[in-house]
Amino acid sequence: MNEVIVGHISEFPERRGRVFRLGELELALFKLSDGEVKAVENLCPHKNGKLSEGMVCDHHVYCPLHDWKIDLHDGLVQAPDEGCVRTFPITVDASGNVVLTIGAPAETKVS
Amino acid sequence: MKKKLVMIGNGMAGVSFVEQLLKLNPHRYDITIIGAEPHPNYNRIMLSSVLAGDANMQDIVLNDWDWYRDNNILLHAGQTAESIDTAKQLVKTDKGITVEYDELVIASGSLPFMLPLPGADKEGVIAFRDIKDCETMIEASKNYRKAVVIGGGLLGLEAARGLVNLNMEVSVVHIFNFLMERQLDPTASKLLQKELESQGMNFLLEKQSDSIIGKKRVAGLKFKDGTHVDADLIVMAVGIKPNVQLAKDCGIEVNRGIVVNDYLQTSIPNIHAVGECAEHRGIAYGLVAPLYEQGAILAKKLAGVESDGYQGSVVSTKLKVSGVNVFSAGRFTDEPGTKALRVQDDLEGVYKKVVFENGKVVGAVLFGDTSDSSRLFSVIRSGEDFSGREKEVLFGPSGGGQTVSTADLVSNMSGDEIVCGCNGVTKDTIIEAITEKGCVSVGEIKACTKASGGCGGCKPLVEAILTTTLGVDNVAAVKEGICGCTAHSRDEVVEAIQRMRLTTTKEVMHVLEWNNPEGCSKCRPALNYYLGMAFPEEHEDELESRFVNERNHANIQKDGTFSVVPRIYGGVTTPEDLKKIATVAEKYKVPLVKITGGQRIDLLGVKKEDLPGMWKDLDMPSGYAYGKALRTVKTCVGSTFCRFGTQDSIKMGIDMEKKFERLNTPHKVKLAVSGCPRNCAEATIKDLGVVAIDGGWEIYVAGNGGTRVRAADLLTKVKTEEEVLEWTGAYLQYYRETANWNERTSEWSLRIGLDTVKKALESKEDRDALNSRIDKTLGLMKDPWQQIVESDDLRKAFDALTAPTSPEAAATGETTGL
Repeated sequence: MNEVIVGHISEFPERRGRVFRLGELELALFKLSDGEVKAVENLCPHKNGKLSEGMVCDHHVYCPLHDWKIDLHDGLVQAPDEGCVRTFPITVDASGNVVLTIGAPAETKVS
Repeated sequence: MKKKLVMIGNGMAGVSFVEQLLKLNPHRYDITIIGAEPHPNYNRIMLSSVLAGDANMQDIVLNDWDWYRDNNILLHAGQTAESIDTAKQLVKTDKGITVEYDELVIASGSLPFMLPLPGADKEGVIAFRDIKDCETMIEASKNYRKAVVIGGGLLGLEAARGLVNLNMEVSVVHIFNFLMERQLDPTASKLLQKELESQGMNFLLEKQSDSIIGKKRVAGLKFKDGTHVDADLIVMAVGIKPNVQLAKDCGIEVNRGIVVNDYLQTSIPNIHAVGECAEHRGIAYGLVAPLYEQGAILAKKLAGVESDGYQGSVVSTKLKVSGVNVFSAGRFTDEPGTKALRVQDDLEGVYKKVVFENGKVVGAVLFGDTSDSSRLFSVIRSGEDFSGREKEVLFGPSGGGQTVSTADLVSNMSGDEIVCGCNGVTKDTIIEAITEKGCVSVGEIKACTKASGGCGGCKPLVEAILTTTLGVDNVAAVKEGICGCTAHSRDEVVEAIQRMRLTTTKEVMHVLEWNNPEGCSKCRPALNYYLGMAFPEEHEDELESRFVNERNHANIQKDGTFSVVPRIYGGVTTPEDLKKIATVAEKYKVPLVKITGGQRIDLLGVKKEDLPGMWKDLDMPSGYAYGKALRTVKTCVGSTFCRFGTQDSIKMGIDMEKKFERLNTPHKVKLAVSGCPRNCAEATIKDLGVVAIDGGWEIYVAGNGGTRVRAADLLTKVKTEEEVLEWTGAYLQYYRETANWNERTSEWSLRIGLDTVKKALESKEDRDALNSRIDKTLGLMKDPWQQIVESDDLRKAFDALTAPTSPEAAATGETTGL
């Protein structure tokens, strides 16, 4: 259980992905149009596409490789495709720091 | 105290009447049904399909046991009504039950007519009427080979087809000299016979059966002319007779069937008859559609709803034998006073006959192509006058092509008209399924109402009702919405953008009421393109609405790395440029250097973070190898060196590439210039290709060498290089303004027509207008690589975030089991 400041909210363009690396782990971070920030593993379950490069539409991201649609709230791949991406708790604190929590039980591991 | 309604018979006509009564007045009666068969109501018409193996018993049940229970209907299945006491208003069954009634409906159907031949009581002699007969045939086919069907009518042929499917040798015996004489004329009948013979049936026409031979089980059939045929199964399908014994016994007036008036009342008060057992104005019907029509009238009568009564039915027939299309309706024989229009096409195996009387269509026969059946049946029933334009019925108003539109046909149908004869579904029921229950496809309508779930003959009509109800525009819009987020077509979207001066994708989605608040990966880039095309100066390009390649100005590869393709105008480079590219490739450890098909160099496997640095070091413009944009202008050597070259294709190509580079287009655009008709630059499979000829240039458009190879069409011939640029500019701008996003010029040109394109570019004035618009757009474009290199903000997007974490935090991160 670990909190990491990954950057300031001003460094996140709206509806665009940023990549954050920590050791072997690579995350895709997105600022949605409502200001909320989302964090998922930067790995599409289909063919390992980089979700950070996907198009963000409301709280979904479309994988750039084959257009799989993923819900950034829970990491679930949307029908007709199937699968799940790991999500990580992430918040913006009062001074605009984007804080990522890693190793928390809240990470979704939906089978 | 509810009134007691008792129905004798649990078949299609009777139960359909009950269904319609429940819709009109569900609480008026306590309903009891007495049915002889041990089954709930099933679709007798589909027995042929069961026999043919196309359906099983489960598939043909129309009302399952639950339906009776849910509607509080008491069903005595497997019991036969034995007597009616009309004075005390009681019905007695063979199982000893007595049921009181206030209103009695006789729906006892009909019985198969069994020829009274000597030996008809032998084992293996059956009718083709119910589930039990089906089961007997299926059983017999396991142990016996030779089947004989007596009767070459509709039922006989369907039985024969089923037996063929069960791998039996089938002979059809018919007393007349042509088959289905009650439904077909001799021409159609002979065509049918030929078709069925090719399916493996054997026909014995003009044969009168004399006796059935065999010991315990049938062994053969003897004819009056002394000949005989071997058989170990005989199916009699010579007709049906109304089941009237019960009515006769209790004094109800009976002719061939139970005599009823227009309100289906018999000669005794409170007793009604409906279906095959009834005789109305001298006719006892043996087909399902009229029986539903009778049921509808009787339901209104017993529900206390006014109606004009039953006026009789025009009947139509379809033979349910797979691979054979036969239809007939009304009076199709050549009687005095009638005239027929006949079409016979032996090449296609099609025969059509339409019979007129005083300008009205009174009957029709179709063989081989029954697509007109719904329409013909409708004009027969509507009584529309075609005097002087009879041929329109088959050939349409112009004497060819379009006939009466299905929309007119549907709008001329009354709401209570039966569309699906198999399941008795009216036009109103189908419309209700569309408007109330939201059905948007024939499949959904079938699931909801059963319409088109029987023989399928009414499917075109159901489709037509769907189209007219939803409105052609809506159906088309649903089909042509630019993506799943909207029903709006491309043209509607672009028109709205221009008319309301919409400037962002968000605005478009809001104003045009998109289903998804921020669209999807298909509409966002499309809208971004349309906005930029419509207002090149005002529109601020939305990076977040661009596909990854265009956002990063590099092609994403399967492993998440990118590739870099600098511009090499016209495929001509220099030693310096080559050295520069080689140095950069070494510096950034580029894993693969490849020559592309478009005469350029591709540096593959580059990390995203390295892209801006590479571009800076290269100091070359982007080749846009990643974009829906002008890609490359391929050239041959041309007159510069080539001994055949008639023109300077290299210079022409470079001029074109310099003028049109960076242009955003609906899809990628590839150009080429060949210096002579040998066409070494393959200019005739490009979006626009130029081929030099002696003293000028040919311009070819809408070619494609990709997914669907297509040779380009000649657009025009011009004399000068300036004219080549002028025509190219006008053509590209016209494509930009009229194509769907993601539509190559080859598809676009096929869709709108080459003539349309030619017309749009015909006048110098129009070409100049198009060119002034494209020049405005081109004047605003800057090299993206240079822009990114020069802007810190843009550059930053290429870097990954790195957390200012302490080493132990990073270590924790790695060891938390992530």
